[in-house]
Amino acid sequence: MSSDAKHKPKIAVFKFASCDGCQLSLLDAEEHLLAVAGAVDIAYFPEASRRMLKGPYDIGLVEGSVTTHHDAQRIQQARRQCRTLVTIGACATAGGIQALRNWNDVNEFVSYVYSNPDYIQTLKQSTPIAEHVPVDFELRGCPINKYQLVEFIAATLAGRKPNIPTYSVCLECKRRAAICVAVARGLACLGPVTQAGCGAICPAYGRGCYGCFGPMENPNAKALARRFAELGNDREQILRAFRNFNAWSWQFRAATEEREQQ
Amino acid sequence: MPTRSASAAALSVSALAELISTLQARGYQVIGPAVRDGTIVYSPIERLEDLPAGFSMEQEAGACRLVKRNDGAVFGYAAGPRSLKSFFHPAEIKLISAERDNGTFRIVSDAPSPPRTAFIGVRACEIAAVRIQDRVLLEDRYKDTFYETRRAHAFIVAVNCTAPADTCFCASTNTGPRAREGFDIALTEIVDDGRHVFLAEAGSAAGKELLRELPKAEPAAELRKAAEKALQDAAGSMKRRLDTDGLAQLLYDNFDHPHWDDLASRCLCCANCTLVCPTCFCVAVDEASDVDGRSAERWRRWDSCFTQSFSYIHGGSVRHSPKSRYRQWLTHKFASWSDQFGTLGCVGCGRCIAWCPVGIDVTRELAAFRTSPAAVNSQGGSHD
Ligand code: SF4
Ligand code: SF4
Ligand code: SF4
Ligand code: SF4
Repeated sequence: MSSDAKHKPKIAVFKFASCDGCQLSLLDAEEHLLAVAGAVDIAYFPEASRRMLKGPYDIGLVEGSVTTHHDAQRIQQARRQCRTLVTIGACATAGGIQALRNWNDVNEFVSYVYSNPDYIQTLKQSTPIAEHVPVDFELRGCPINKYQLVEFIAATLAGRKPNIPTYSVCLECKRRAAICVAVARGLACLGPVTQAGCGAICPAYGRGCYGCFGPMENPNAKALARRFAELGNDREQILRAFRNFNAWSWQFRAATEEREQQ
Repeated sequence: MPTRSASAAALSVSALAELISTLQARGYQVIGPAVRDGTIVYSPIERLEDLPAGFSMEQEAGACRLVKRNDGAVFGYAAGPRSLKSFFHPAEIKLISAERDNGTFRIVSDAPSPPRTAFIGVRACEIAAVRIQDRVLLEDRYKDTFYETRRAHAFIVAVNCTAPADTCFCASTNTGPRAREGFDIALTEIVDDGRHVFLAEAGSAAGKELLRELPKAEPAAELRKAAEKALQDAAGSMKRRLDTDGLAQLLYDNFDHPHWDDLASRCLCCANCTLVCPTCFCVAVDEASDVDGRSAERWRRWDSCFTQSFSYIHGGSVRHSPKSRYRQWLTHKFASWSDQFGTLGCVGCGRCIAWCPVGIDVTRELAAFRTSPAAVNSQGGSHD
């Protein structure tokens, strides 16, 4: 796809169980939106426009996880309509914060939250899109980083590989000359096992990384969990550190479930 | 008795303040140690008060804590998290940008010219590291011109180490605690019995000329002796040691040692060790176009042999496993570096030990290979 080809790539944005934050990141990419709008045809984006063109689409961006039977059917349709399917954000990529239900009984939650639980139909687990259909690319983050999104679109239009690194947050942390909070303050920082992309915002402001971008290319979560214990964190604190937006990613899951058994 | 000629001199604390203002008056941006975010780190310095008088850092494997000293020493700490690499070989730099122009394209070279920089508080190990980077980036077939311009105009005020950290082992690598060359001025700080002075030596014509401008006294023989003793004590007090004898061969012979698996179970492949190391020079060059395809930029960023993309060639990454990546780092620093560049790739600064988030200590890991060397490799060792 070259930018001067006649055919403007059609983009669709699908929403599943999520907070809409990733779609907002797309809308927030203001300084690039005009260029994006000029280069692509935003054919289906219910959050932004009432215009809804039929598929097929060249690129489908999927926000959110699968939590209902209806979702599970809808993602199959979405996949069939998109040449390239990209998950955006921790929900779509790893199941999101709502995947914390996966270790508990969701019916119990439902009975606490809703006065008429009978109307609620939900699956036992919140699952990432890739557990249902093949995914071509993942944009990580909670929410995604708008520059990574724009980079993905620019690269796709130019027919080149997106420059989206899969190494740890620590590289971004050191490049911006932040002082390591794990070493200088003994904080539990998930940066070493988390994929770069946020620019190491939290360490730069004196906090440990929360792992929004999910597991990096070869996360050694077990070794980091051991270190958290050496730093004085108890089992509960360690589980909580790994169990947030990307709790259900298999790498973080394996590390926490092993610790739970100890 | 004031003197205007000698290349060694005794400077008072106020003369140190004048050193800073004189450098500023000559158009240098002054970079020196300052307390920031719980450490002592190279930062822009405006005046004497910005320096970390009365502070030190306690450093251990995976830990660094700011502590107070009760003697008011200005340079009573050892290597901090940043080294001169951050300045001479920047973490991120735009190499070029390009713009589409009537069916062709135009290269826009808009790199800002680097400031003239003076560094205060540079340690012997760091100067040794700069010499190693010179060898890699300037003295081979191709020159790194970005490094060259930043390096060329630097003025270096070294400080000999009298307070090594527990992570330091420069006495073993023969790169400290005394700076022997590669500086314009070298200071040794003496704080005792109510005196606070710096023994200053010039190491270059520029250093000599600058010293001439400062109020100073002829150093008494006793001061020289005190400085000598402080440096000897520092060398003798180092807690960590590294036996460099036959080190390269030891690593080559132990390519398949089970200790690499042990390391792989602890290492996070986070790359911190390589990024804080003052000699590691590896970078990645990325190009990116914008959405409408009108302009593109080429950026260079610090990279590390701990990332998967680092060894990517057609078909995949050569070093797929954490084990192979840790082995690359340790073997490059302590073995193949010598074959390539004629020295060790390590100057004993201890940064990789302190700033490893899980506290992996190269001196201990290397010693482990010595205590239980495996059988000499058969040809064609594993590549996992
Ligand atoms: S603060 Fe966290 S992200 Fe930054 S270098 Fe330390 S461990 Fe890595
Ligand atoms: S290998 Fe470690 S101790 Fe040696 S120079 Fe690099 S950071 Fe310093
Ligand atoms: S140890 Fe790794 S990062 Fe450092 S110079 Fe060697 S290959 Fe590069
Ligand atoms: S040795 Fe330490 S700093 Fe280096 S990659 Fe491994 S965990 Fe990170």
